[in-house]
Amino acid sequence: MATKTNNAIKISQKHLLGIQDLSINDVNIILDEASKFIELNRSKNKKLDTLKGKTQINLFFEPSTRTQSSFDLAGKRLGADVMSMNIVNSAIKKGETLIDTAMTLNAMHPDIIVIRHQDSGACNLLSQKVNCAVLNAGDGRREHPTQALLDALTIINRKKKIEGLKIAICGDIVHSRVARSNIYLLNMLGAEVNIIAPSNLMPKDIEKLGVNIFSDMKKGLKDCDIVMMLRLQNERMTSSFLSSNREYYEYYGLTPDKLNYAKDDALIMHPGPMNRGIEIDTNLADDINKSVIKEQVELGVAVRMACLKIFCI
Amino acid sequence: MKKKYFINANIIDPHNSINENGGLIIGENGKIEGVGKKVNTNNIPSREKFIDLKGKYIFPGLVDMRVFVGEPGYEYKENFRTLSNAALSGGVTSVVTMPNTNPVIDNVSIVDFLKRRGRDKSKINIYPSASLTMNTEGTNMTEFGLLQNKGIIAFTDGTKTIQNTRIMSRIMNSAKDLNSLILQHAEDYELSKNGMINDGIISTKLGLQGIPEIAEQVIIERDLTLLESINCRYHISQISSAKSVEIIKNRKENIKFSCGVSINNLSLNENDIGDFRTFLKLSPPLRTEADRIALVKGLSDKTIDVIVSDHKPEDEEKKRLTFAQAETGASGIETLLSLSLELYHNGSLKLETIIKALTSSPANILKIDKGNLNVGNDADFCIVDLNKPWIVKKENLLSKSKNTSIENKKLQGKVTNTFVKGEELFKL
Repeated sequence: MATKTNNAIKISQKHLLGIQDLSINDVNIILDEASKFIELNRSKNKKLDTLKGKTQINLFFEPSTRTQSSFDLAGKRLGADVMSMNIVNSAIKKGETLIDTAMTLNAMHPDIIVIRHQDSGACNLLSQKVNCAVLNAGDGRREHPTQALLDALTIINRKKKIEGLKIAICGDIVHSRVARSNIYLLNMLGAEVNIIAPSNLMPKDIEKLGVNIFSDMKKGLKDCDIVMMLRLQNERMTSSFLSSNREYYEYYGLTPDKLNYAKDDALIMHPGPMNRGIEIDTNLADDINKSVIKEQVELGVAVRMACLKIFCI
Repeated sequence: MKKKYFINANIIDPHNSINENGGLIIGENGKIEGVGKKVNTNNIPSREKFIDLKGKYIFPGLVDMRVFVGEPGYEYKENFRTLSNAALSGGVTSVVTMPNTNPVIDNVSIVDFLKRRGRDKSKINIYPSASLTMNTEGTNMTEFGLLQNKGIIAFTDGTKTIQNTRIMSRIMNSAKDLNSLILQHAEDYELSKNGMINDGIISTKLGLQGIPEIAEQVIIERDLTLLESINCRYHISQISSAKSVEIIKNRKENIKFSCGVSINNLSLNENDIGDFRTFLKLSPPLRTEADRIALVKGLSDKTIDVIVSDHKPEDEEKKRLTFAQAETGASGIETLLSLSLELYHNGSLKLETIIKALTSSPANILKIDKGNLNVGNDADFCIVDLNKPWIVKKENLLSKSKNTSIENKKLQGKVTNTFVKGEELFKL
C-alpha cells in the first residue's frame, strides 16, 4: 500500500498515459490518495498548497466540458498555476505539429501537461518530447485513464469493493476510450466484465482482452452489479453504423425494463455527456437511487487531484 | 572496358537454372561473356588477372517492381540519383517506378522528362510505369498504347485502387487489346476507410481504425472474376493476408495472372508497430504472424511470384506526427535483399526461391531481358557475402529519406559489389 507521507509516493510510471501501463500497486496508490480528497472537496475551504509553485498546462485539442474543468479545478485546489491553452487561437491552427507545440511548451518549464487529443497515441508522442510528466485526458479511442479511475473510485465508494462484481459496459464500444480504460482497470481489480454493443460498434477481437461480449443487451445485463452506459459518439461516425437513434434506443438504450435483468441494487453509470432518450432513459439517468452519474463527476475532481499530485511531485 | 574475370563464386541464376560454383566473365563491351562452372582457372588465359570470390555469391541484378521516386514533385524525398545509389547498395539494378508523383505520370509529354532524368541521373535501369487513370482519380483511362510506345512498362494507380468495377473492366479490355500490363493495388476504400493498421486486437488496443483483410480480398475476387472473361496481363502488386494467399492459390489453377508481396509483410507483423511506430504504418498493413507465415509459404509453393521492396521514401517530418497524421510507407530498397536473406538463414525459404522472386520472376512478368545472367546480356549482377553480419542504421542509408521499417535490425548477408553493364558501381 501507499506510504502516507506526501513526498514518498512510489509510482512506477513517469507519465499517466493509460491504465495498461499501471500496476495494481499504482492503481491502489492513486485511489487511496483520491479518497483523501473527497472530504476536502466537500468542505468549505478547498484550497491546498501541495502544488504551490508548480505549473500545469491543459492542452485540449478536443472539446471537453467535464474533463477540462475537472482538471482545471483539481490543479487550482492543489495550488498549482494552471494554464489552459486555447487551441482555436493557437499556432496549431497555423499548421504547427504536435511535436513542435510540445517543444514550445516544454521550453516554458511546465511541471505537468494534461493533454486531450483526437488521435490515439498523441499523448505517447508528446511524452517522448517533453521533460515534464504528461497526463492523458483522453487520446482518440485508445485510453482515458482518469475516467476509469474515477469510475473505479465511485464503484468502491458504493459497493466497497470491485473484486467479484459483474459489470456491464454498454454502447458505442468501438469509438470509446472510456470502455478500453475501464476494461483494463476493472479486469485488473478482479471484476467480471460484460461488453454489450451491436456488431457495428464492437471492436475486432475485443474478447481477447478477457471480457464477455453480447449483442443482446438483456443477456449481457443479467445479474450485473453495475451498468455503465456509454455515449453514442455520433461525431466519430462517418458512415452508417446504425439505422436510427430510435431503433438503437429500442435495443440498446437503458430502460427500466432492460435494467430489470440486472441485480436489484445495480448502479447506473455514464461518463457523460449523455444523449438522453438515445442510450439512456431520462428518468433513469436522474434516479437518485440508481444513478451515480453525478457522483462520478464529483469524484472525478478528487481522482484528478490525486493524479496531479502523484505525477507532479 | 577491360575484360574482368571472377572465379570461385556460388552462382545462382534461376532463369538459367544455374546454381553452382563457378565464375563469370565480363567482356570489353560490358556484356556477360561466360558464366558458370566452366569459368575457372583452367580456362582463363594465364596473362589475365582474375578475382577470386572465395565462395561469395553472384546473383543477377535484382528487379524491384514497386519503387517510389520523388521525381517530379517530391525531390526532397528521393531523386533519381539518390534512388540509384540506394538501389545499387542493395544489389538492385532495375526498378519499376510508380506514377504517384506530382504531376502524376499520366501523359506522354511527361514520360520524356522522366526517361531523360532517369537516364542522366541514375545508373540503374529505370522502367517507369504510368497511371491507369488520369491523375489516379479512377475515372478516365490513360493512353496505354501511346504511353507504351514512349517506353512505359506497366500501368498502375500505384498507391490507389480502381474502385469502379465498370471502369476496371474497361481498363482490362484495353489492356487486352494493347497487351499492356496492369499492376493493381488491392484495397476496397469503403472497407479500409480511415484505416491505419490491421483490424484486430492490436488496432483495438491502440485505438486505431483497422483495415480488415476483406478490403483486400474483395478487390482481388472482383478483379479475378473480371479476368476470367477478359484475358489480359494482370498482376496484384502486393498481398498481405493468409486469406488472399488461399484465394490466389485456388484461382491460379484456372486463370493466368501473377502477384507480389512486400518484404515488409514477409518479415514483420502487426506486433512490430509497438508503441505507435509510424515507420511501420504501411499499405497494405502488417498483419498477424499467421498471415506472415502464410505469405512465406505462398512464396515457396509459387502462389506468390515476386518480392518487392515497396520502397516509399518519406521525409521524417511526415513521420514525426501522430499515427493518424503520419504518412504511409517505408524506405526499403537498400535492405530488400538482406532482409529477404533472413528468410533463408532462418530456414523458411530456399535461396533459389528468394532469388527467383527478386530477379527472373519479375523480369518475366515485365517481359524484360533482365534478372538473368544470359551470355551476351548486359552484365548486371551483384556479389553477395551471404553471411556478413550488419546492423541497419538510419545514418548509413543512402536513400534521401531515412524511414526504414527495420531501424537497428541485425541482418546477415550484404551486397559487397554491384555491377551494371559491366561497370562496378557499388563497392562496400
